[in-house]
Amino acid sequence: MLSNIQNQEQPVYAKARLLTDKVMHYCPGCSHGTLHKLIAEVIDELQLEHKCIGISPVGCGVFAYDYIDIDWIEAAHGRAPAIASALKRLNPDNMVFTYQGDGDLAAIGTGETIHACNRGENITIIFINNGIYGMTGGQMAPTTLIGMKTATTPEGRDPQLHGFPVKIADMLCHLDGVSYVTRQAVHKPAAVRKAKSALKKAFQKSMDGKGTSFVEIVATCNSGWKMSPVAANRWMEEHMLKQYPLGDLKDI
Amino acid sequence: MKEEIRLMKGNEVIAHAAVRAGCDGYFGYPITPQTEIMETLMELKPWETTGMVVLQAESEVASINMLYGGAAMGKRVMTSSSSPGISLMSEGISYIAGAELPCVIVDIMRGGPGLGTIQPAQSDYFQIVKGGGHGDYHVIVLAPYSVQEMNDFVEDAFDLAFKYRTPVIILSDGIIGQMMEKVVLKAPTPRLSNAEIERRYGSWASTGSKRNGKSNVITSVNLDSLQQEEFNLHLQRKYRTIEKKEVRYQEFECDDAEYLIVAYGSSARISHKCVELARAAGIKAGLLRPITLYPFPVEPIAELSKRVKGILAVEMSMGQMVEDVRLAAEKQIKIRHYGRCGGMIPSPNEVFDALVSLTKED
Repeated sequence: MLSNIQNQEQPVYAKARLLTDKVMHYCPGCSHGTLHKLIAEVIDELQLEHKCIGISPVGCGVFAYDYIDIDWIEAAHGRAPAIASALKRLNPDNMVFTYQGDGDLAAIGTGETIHACNRGENITIIFINNGIYGMTGGQMAPTTLIGMKTATTPEGRDPQLHGFPVKIADMLCHLDGVSYVTRQAVHKPAAVRKAKSALKKAFQKSMDGKGTSFVEIVATCNSGWKMSPVAANRWMEEHMLKQYPLGDLKDI
Repeated sequence: MKEEIRLMKGNEVIAHAAVRAGCDGYFGYPITPQTEIMETLMELKPWETTGMVVLQAESEVASINMLYGGAAMGKRVMTSSSSPGISLMSEGISYIAGAELPCVIVDIMRGGPGLGTIQPAQSDYFQIVKGGGHGDYHVIVLAPYSVQEMNDFVEDAFDLAFKYRTPVIILSDGIIGQMMEKVVLKAPTPRLSNAEIERRYGSWASTGSKRNGKSNVITSVNLDSLQQEEFNLHLQRKYRTIEKKEVRYQEFECDDAEYLIVAYGSSARISHKCVELARAAGIKAGLLRPITLYPFPVEPIAELSKRVKGILAVEMSMGQMVEDVRLAAEKQIKIRHYGRCGGMIPSPNEVFDALVSLTKED
């Protein structure tokens, strides 16, 4: 039986071909690793390896270029959609996607995000929303939940002081240039499968010139949340998904 | 398109020159006194002829990052702005320098600080020549003093940008941007095909092709301090080469000069007239016009400082380039500054008076 599983012709699970062998710097339990694998698989399955350019953010995802073996450009904080806009216009045959966290996309880069979407750039924006600034040590993000404790909201996010969690995906639905908005997660096998097909659809729409695709992945940051990976997944389901429910928000 | 002689504004010429230099993309945001550049491009509709992309961005922050993206894929890309807009671009310029990418930025200076004025000034010498963004970097700076040079420097800027993989800034001001002169527009250079870009820049550019199975990454981050220091030393070696090979300047009546004026751009035009006035009044004056502000013409100024009695730096600022003149002079002589600012333009007579004061200082 074991020899059957090990037989290369009948793999039940394999590392994505476009993932490199570099050991990831992400914390154990972090959602980035799973998401990287899905992106690598989608690029491979859509045969985009020799057309694809990824734009990596400032944040934990900055070194995404070490892990997915395609051409990359590393952006300044929040500016990835502007970079992606230029790439796709200069070479419409390329597949161009950005990979951005919540601080990057929904705080410092809000302008670039909204205007790239409003122009209907034929790019895919992948938005990793874990409600926190992971790399700088767990400060409040625009998406931090009310009452959620972070390094800069030690007593919990108080809307009187810090405003409310931003539902940026919902906002983007109103823009005519946007063709596809979906919110997914990668905390369970079923969710992983759905997230992968959402990514595939988004990439396909970008290549078909349908306008901007926006894939939000509600994610965990168990280190920043100061929880075990299992507890973080449970907390995400109980709290994050209430504020950020999963599913397609727009698909035209 | 072929070579043409036209009467045009400096800003309009920048647009024509970009199309004729085989520019692949222009990304910009409106700001006075340079908006004619993007307006002219939108009228020219180069996307229908050469295939050049022209895009109005939502901010200068976005346009400089569009430039970063285009440059990262090996395209010839350009933006333009004026002083406050360049302040917003400073982050991006630092990233472009840090990622060693080629691009052309046109700065049609206006008076500051703050919102300041829309009138011409040269008060951003420090910002452009000494950095502006963070980190140990330089950009090559070309200072045109005629509408013809606005044309000529665009292609020169692209060539230098790709030769050294560095941003090149054409530093002009509202006078040259807005004034009309005769200009010879050159016959166009075609845009490079994607195959040619792959051939020339495929070793580094992120085109998405993964040519030969190798992926390219454009980045300016390196968390290993030793490696980051080594990268900085590499940049410094590149800058030393630029300083050695790319200095450009022009001398006027310097051979027997007893007093030297150093001025660039519009101020050089005014100072040129002043030298004529001085010569007519029996003062042996000469003009040295730096054409590259970085690299600065250090050696010619050092040489002239040994021969002249005094130097007058003329700029439409309260004294910025004069610091480089002082650093360049090898002999202890009188080095004075004359400038107007806030959009005020010095007349040749004012500069002449400042020169006469210098001659009477002994």
